[in-house]
Amino acid sequence: MSGLADILWLTLRLAGVTTLILLLVATPLAWWLARSRAWWSEIVGALVALPIVLPPTVLGFYLLIALGPHSVLMAPLQALGVRTLAFTFTGLVIGSVIYSLPFAVQPLRNAFQAVGDRPLEAAATLRAGPWDAFLTVAVPLARPGFVVAAVLAFAHTVGEFGVVLMIGGGIPGETEVLSIEIYRLVEALEWGQAHLIAGGLLVFAFAVVLSLLLLDRRTARPRP
Amino acid sequence: MIEARFQGRLGGFTLDVSLSTPASGVTVLFGPSGSGKTTLLRCLAGLTRLPGRLSVMGETWQDGAVFMPPHRRRIGYVFQDAALFEHLNVGGNLLYGRRRAGLGMDAEFDRVVALLGLEPLLARGVAKLSGGERQRVAIGRALLSDPRLLLMDEPLASLDADRKAEVAPYVEALSRDARIPIFYVTHDVTEAARLGDRMLLMREGRIVETVALRGAAPDADARAWLARRLAQVGGDELAAELVLSGASPTVARLAVEALRSSGPEA
Repeated sequence: MSGLADILWLTLRLAGVTTLILLLVATPLAWWLARSRAWWSEIVGALVALPIVLPPTVLGFYLLIALGPHSVLMAPLQALGVRTLAFTFTGLVIGSVIYSLPFAVQPLRNAFQAVGDRPLEAAATLRAGPWDAFLTVAVPLARPGFVVAAVLAFAHTVGEFGVVLMIGGGIPGETEVLSIEIYRLVEALEWGQAHLIAGGLLVFAFAVVLSLLLLDRRTARPRP
Repeated sequence: MIEARFQGRLGGFTLDVSLSTPASGVTVLFGPSGSGKTTLLRCLAGLTRLPGRLSVMGETWQDGAVFMPPHRRRIGYVFQDAALFEHLNVGGNLLYGRRRAGLGMDAEFDRVVALLGLEPLLARGVAKLSGGERQRVAIGRALLSDPRLLLMDEPLASLDADRKAEVAPYVEALSRDARIPIFYVTHDVTEAARLGDRMLLMREGRIVETVALRGAAPDADARAWLARRLAQVGGDELAAELVLSGASPTVARLAVEALRSSGPEA
């Protein structure tokens, strides 16, 4: 069994890497979802939102198959010598990214929608090309959305259990995160340790939600 | 010359216009709401794309498959709601287009800032501006992007009477000072007469009449005279004035209707 510090470090590393990748993936996706007028963009929107309603074990089960040694998706990687991503940290990151995707996309999509067409039109009439306008107008105006997306993605990744257990298996030092450690401790009747971690996560979750609410209050403040 | 021809549908609305105006002075697009003034202005800016062609001072901006995107057109556009960037202060807004035009805080910057009375606002956040101040900043921002054509979409319409009185003199100064052609959208006949050198009367997506405003009346200061008269009279008297000043009876009737539908102003 690895120490609590190792498990905590692994959990934070997983959440950090996942959040970073999520912001990179979710930003263009949310931008496209916010601006597309095609009805079928909602099909993509529904696929992105699926992890909210899907049992984590279902998602984890499919990911286990998709990232396992017999998957066609793994064929190109196997040519490079990677046999499987199941039960690895990389597999865990992929699972976490997919599972937390809606929590990053939704706030960003709302933020981009709230920005609307007008500031971008104004930027275009002021010689800003599409990329320029996106980086210097849309992103700064959507900043609260980025903060919410990052906080939610991070917190949601810290708190996940089902997907992480299915795809990771809880291997100490490789894929064992805090939420799984709690389950293991309870099974081993080590209630004191379980209390410690569970209490810590409770405080963490409260701090996250409180900071989100305070942030929302600050950005929603009416202008004088 | 500014020569344009647009013909196309936009939802349930059809725009069908063709215009050719000198590349100087103020061209007022005048007509009731829904007559296509803003759509025409957006087509000139490239913000809306309808089939047609457009050339501005010998440069083709649109023709068949050729369509210059708005950020490549040397235009300044003043939106009805100012559309300032909320994440930048006044100075940042004013310099947004200017920097992209390869210019900075030079003598021309100081001149425009002075013309619009913006010095005391430069460091202020956009959220702390009044409606009139916002509109002045929006006008300054557009002017400072070094445009060859200034497009203004009812810059005074969203302001109450007091704010309007505050901003109107700046717009008037600008129309006299202008070194570039201006297209000015309004449904306020007083504003049109006060600012315009010519007026394109629009109705249901068409230009129904072109009226020369400057020199239409016998006095030396013709526009001031017409503006005064328009402010004083209404109804049939206005129609009579317009006919006397060279407009056709159709124009006079439309102007009166527009005046009535927009309520007693000025």
